[in-house]
Amino acid sequence: MSSDVNAIHIENLTKAYRIGSRQAEYQTLRDTLTDLLRLPLKRLRAFSPRAVDLADEAYPRVFALNQVSLTIKEGEVVGLIGHNGAGKTTLMKILAGITEPTAGQAVVWGSVGSLLDIGVGFHQELTGRENIFLYGAILGMRRTEISAKFDDIVAFAEIAPFIETPVKRYSKGMRLRLAFSVAAFMDPDILLVDEVLAVGDAAFQRKCLRRMGEVSRTGRTILFVSHNMTAVKNLCQRVIWLSRGQVVQDGPADEVVAAYLKSLSEAARDHVWPDFEAAPGNEHIRLHRAAVHPHDDADAETITIETGFTITIAYWNRKPGAVLGLDIAVYNAMGIVVFNTRPPADTLWQNEPLPAGLYESKCLVPGHLLNHGVYRVTLTVVANHQRPIYQHDEVLTFEIQDIAETREGWFGNWQGVIRPEIPWITNRLSDNVPTKD
Amino acid sequence: MRLGELWRYRELIYFLTWRDIKVRYRQTILGVAWAIIQPFMTMVVFSIFFGELAGVPSDDIPYPIFAYTALIPWTFFATGLNQASNNIIGGASLIRNIYFPRLALPIASVFGAVPDMVIAMSILLGMMVVYSLYPSAVALVLLPVFLALAFLTALGVGFWLSALNVQYRDIRFAVPFVIQFWFFATPIAYPASLLDQPWRTLYGLNPMVGVIEAFRWSLLGSGEPPGPMVIVSALVTLTVFVSGLYYFRHMEKSFADVI
Repeated sequence: MSSDVNAIHIENLTKAYRIGSRQAEYQTLRDTLTDLLRLPLKRLRAFSPRAVDLADEAYPRVFALNQVSLTIKEGEVVGLIGHNGAGKTTLMKILAGITEPTAGQAVVWGSVGSLLDIGVGFHQELTGRENIFLYGAILGMRRTEISAKFDDIVAFAEIAPFIETPVKRYSKGMRLRLAFSVAAFMDPDILLVDEVLAVGDAAFQRKCLRRMGEVSRTGRTILFVSHNMTAVKNLCQRVIWLSRGQVVQDGPADEVVAAYLKSLSEAARDHVWPDFEAAPGNEHIRLHRAAVHPHDDADAETITIETGFTITIAYWNRKPGAVLGLDIAVYNAMGIVVFNTRPPADTLWQNEPLPAGLYESKCLVPGHLLNHGVYRVTLTVVANHQRPIYQHDEVLTFEIQDIAETREGWFGNWQGVIRPEIPWITNRLSDNVPTKD
Repeated sequence: MRLGELWRYRELIYFLTWRDIKVRYRQTILGVAWAIIQPFMTMVVFSIFFGELAGVPSDDIPYPIFAYTALIPWTFFATGLNQASNNIIGGASLIRNIYFPRLALPIASVFGAVPDMVIAMSILLGMMVVYSLYPSAVALVLLPVFLALAFLTALGVGFWLSALNVQYRDIRFAVPFVIQFWFFATPIAYPASLLDQPWRTLYGLNPMVGVIEAFRWSLLGSGEPPGPMVIVSALVTLTVFVSGLYYFRHMEKSFADVI
């Protein structure tokens, strides 16, 4: 569907945020006034927006986007993938006009509709009907346009009986459905969608994705941020992979997603910190290694839904006599803790004062347990069974692959947080079929 | 200034205003009566303490209607200003996630204060009948001009304070004080005629002085017809409005990053 006409053109786009300085917090008037007295010349622009001066080395800063250049043609449906903090949302916000780049430029042809967070414009005291009009207006729709689409929106959201009820009486799921439905009927030339599909129940998610597919077939340009690789592959022809504010790869969806997943398993599946001084940790412990591997074959690249896998944590205990316990929580892409585990009491070294030294614990997770998807592991070290002394978020990230090639449903998602192998039995009870007469 | 964009989003201003009005008196027993109770009770208290006990002059007009007439535009101004200066902060999640002209928020806040003013005016009509005070036709024609001045003043100061509020949360604490001080620096409980010239003209540097005095003149015929003092006030209003508009426009680029 894509044409040769540009929809988005980005050149050397850079967004820097200052860190460590007071900009991160709310500036109080007193701070500005005292700065003004102390450094009158430097602070003459103190009342201006705190633009980050790229030439000013005095301030530590972090680049949410660093010299990104790319062009998107009219009608293209482009997926944007990468870790949290890779710059995906910042890029969307610049394109939507919510925030300004520090350097470089982004040109957008046509109207832009953005769906970056869902339902932020809702007012709890207003009814569903009233909120449809309010939220629609916030999204830039005209009143006549909203009226014309009103019935479709209500039907899509499946909230017809509650349309005159204040939104504060809605369940969270109903609110999300209503918000997505209003946004789904926007008619911009360019649609920016950020991860919002990870809302609602599975059936509604599928409906949202189907709607996105419909919209994309009308020739609209869509930029779609998601951690759901199956959805990305199904919706987008082209995928851009961002990491640390830069484009790592830009190309056909299958290629880029495959490369991204491979990097996930390589980079985040096995961390070794050989140098004690540089290892993460604190005065109690230091990490030496964190790894995830399939049980039987440590070199195998992929973990599938059938493979059992081992989570290995190696650490130095620095306090002789400490009674330590490891606690592992595995989160799925929606941020749900799928399971949380600690070594049982009869495990060697468990509940015993540990002499200083290097220890390794392995957690053996069986196959046929988790559904496919990306998982994050958080490690907590607990002293004396109760006091957390160290926590490391996302110490590991890994992907579990689906082994079946085809699935019912067009984007091929097998539902469920877990995917156990469950025995079934079917028997023929009788050869007699009652007939009506 | 990209004001054309604001025009395209006029329906958003309409809906934001409508939301503010609709939500304001939800779950209250007295509801919209609050719009009358506030200025009316203030008028009663003022009439007792300032009018009767202290004997504050009121330009030869019965004190209750003298004070109430001034309280109408003042309450409108104070409500509008207060709402406008907090509206950007209140809409933080909107600002972070959706693009729309940010000016729509303070503008809708001030529009949202209009219905209360209209309701409060109904009491004024009753008081006019009671005191047999009727405005002249000429003066009445000018009334919308003075209301527009009150509107622009609230909006101009609202632009400044709402933009500053994003960067400096001190503003949130300062606004109630500012409004209180401003109240006593404005001839609401007393007439501007307490001051002799040239001080009276200079007094017009407080833009609400011109608004209140002109408002009272057009409805009650009190004081003198709009002269140098009102002109000074109008000029100050325009200056605050235009500079506030520029400052807001200049700052809004960083709202999403700072808020």
